[in-house]
Amino acid sequence: MTDLFTVIVLTLDATLRVATPLIFCAMAGLFSERSGIIDISLEGKMLAAAFVAAATAAVTGSAWFAMLAGMTVSVALALLHGLACITYRGNHVVSGVAINILVSGLTVVLGIAWFERGGTTPPLQADARFMPLEWPLAETLGQIPLLGTIYKELLSGHNLLVYVALLIVPLSWWVLFRSRFGLRLRAVGENPQAVDTAGISVAFLRYRAVIICGLLCGLAGTYLSIAQNASFTRDMTAGQGYIALAAMIFGKWRPGTALLACLLFGLLDAVAIRLQGVPLPVVGEVPVQLIQALPYILTVILLAGFIGKAVAPKAIGMPYVKER
Amino acid sequence: MSQDNNGLPRWADVLLIPVINICLALLVSGLIIIAIGEDPIEAVQILLYGAFGYDEALGYTLYYTTNFIFTGLAVAIAFHAGLFNIGGEGQAYIGGLGVGLVMLWLGPVLPFWMLFILGIGAAALFGAAWAYVPAYLQVYRGSHIVITTIMFNFIASALMVYLMVNVLIEPGQMAPQSKQFAEETFLPFIHEIVEAFGGEMVHTPLNISFFWALICCVLLWLYIWHSRWGYELRTVGFNEKAAGYAGINYKKVVILTMCISGALAGFVGINEVQGVHHRLILNFTAGYGFTGIAVALMGRNHPVGIVLASLLFGILYQGGAELAFEVPKITREMVVAIQGLVILFSGALALMIRPAVEKLFRQFNRRPAPVAQEA
Repeated sequence: MTDLFTVIVLTLDATLRVATPLIFCAMAGLFSERSGIIDISLEGKMLAAAFVAAATAAVTGSAWFAMLAGMTVSVALALLHGLACITYRGNHVVSGVAINILVSGLTVVLGIAWFERGGTTPPLQADARFMPLEWPLAETLGQIPLLGTIYKELLSGHNLLVYVALLIVPLSWWVLFRSRFGLRLRAVGENPQAVDTAGISVAFLRYRAVIICGLLCGLAGTYLSIAQNASFTRDMTAGQGYIALAAMIFGKWRPGTALLACLLFGLLDAVAIRLQGVPLPVVGEVPVQLIQALPYILTVILLAGFIGKAVAPKAIGMPYVKER
Repeated sequence: MSQDNNGLPRWADVLLIPVINICLALLVSGLIIIAIGEDPIEAVQILLYGAFGYDEALGYTLYYTTNFIFTGLAVAIAFHAGLFNIGGEGQAYIGGLGVGLVMLWLGPVLPFWMLFILGIGAAALFGAAWAYVPAYLQVYRGSHIVITTIMFNFIASALMVYLMVNVLIEPGQMAPQSKQFAEETFLPFIHEIVEAFGGEMVHTPLNISFFWALICCVLLWLYIWHSRWGYELRTVGFNEKAAGYAGINYKKVVILTMCISGALAGFVGINEVQGVHHRLILNFTAGYGFTGIAVALMGRNHPVGIVLASLLFGILYQGGAELAFEVPKITREMVVAIQGLVILFSGALALMIRPAVEKLFRQFNRRPAPVAQEA
């Protein structure tokens, strides 16, 4: 009984760790897409930030500098996306694909040229990373059965960015649904003409949205390379940007539900590792690849309207041209 | 894809602007090479030598070109109908699976000419099936084809890992690859054909699927510009509502277009699986599906442009391998970065350079210059 309980708590603990970059990226995508800019370059921005953060941490030895650098490069890419989509009215998807491909090549090229380790950055010391934070009395309270285990294993012992990710969600909700900026941002994604008529710049609003998107993707990348891991490895995002995109869609473009989707996808990932080769009752042994593909399959099913209906912002993907 | 040229002569639209965009992409690539402390001019020399300079080089270049023609055509036909098929990678993967299954089961039984036709059929069928589902969901369930095709890439990849590790793996082997096909199934290499006629040629992976790629170019050109279906397809691409009023069945066109697109991507499997590896392996698509996006954008979605763009990427891939060998600091991934830059400049930022060029031409034309220009 307690064994099973411990396994569950540990799995949830792993879920939280796996879901953190998804949460950052899903919120990032939310800001971008709510303003009408399709962003499939979450993956690329996260990968770029992961590389730059790890490289900066390796050179300067400061986790904070690394985070700053990671976020800067991610915002730069977001602005490039903005330039293509907002100013030059390019195809959002094409621009996103371009950024993803560019980054996946460039991080390896620069990584090998600068560090000569086959694409990885040098391993980081503890003070150059975001290390797990022990909550007060975790060891003592951990002795208490059930609640103590939850406190020690699940709540305590994560790094700073995990908690930041969890705080970003209510913050995103507040900004998007309770602030004036958020109202305008959502309006520009639904009906840019109306926003323009009200005398508010569509382009400036959308640029601010993609900058926020860049900042959050930067945090996701920083988390991957200097908090969850101790170095950058080539293609370390491994499609998580797309899973986050799927989670955002699965959450129907809302922060709370997107968070749940991230946790669900994170749980699937955590469970997939545990279930490898374990026969389950009724269904037998489930192929680990099926569980890994489940986020994508679920998203396809959801988008097809078989579980509820996911409706994208109305003006998404459409360039805005001011009528003269 | 508007026809409004704003005083831009046709040659500038078709040739000058793409060339400027490619030059910009290559310029930025050069800056990257300078940034990592190497000489871009020398890099270009090594790259060109690697692509043409020695005996095997051209064969390898054209072998890569074959793949890019297939995936480039796949993306292009979807573009003409106003669709964005990012799923070329997954469709190529599944198309290869189709080829592999046919060769594994029927390989030793049937004569080559039947296997050749069945291989093409299987690649087309499997690739088309993998594109059919997203198309169906877009048309009848309202889901977005871009997102669905991305998801299908990942699902294809997971499916293939499962099949290779658990089902198709050669018994007694550790590496997840199928057993080799029977020798009767191998597509003839070009060097074998040359040798059969008494010539001599070095051994390269270039095989007869290259000719099939060129045939596909012609067929696609006929289909898009000289057939009723192609007319419908382009009409849907310009304005799907107007197409509907004109009596064109939008749903049918989308599904048919995506199936053709998937089939074309699936042909990568012919070249890779039946032509070169002679067995099913993991990741034989190696990103060719994504390169197809760059190829289509660069080739302006026209078969001639696509062949030229495919050749350029073939040069980059083959020359890039040589470059990575000669200059350890510049790795093969440089080609991937260049690919991203090409998509950026000739796709996403296509409207950046255009107004400037148009302005230039308008100024040029305002003067009574005696330059006779068509269009």
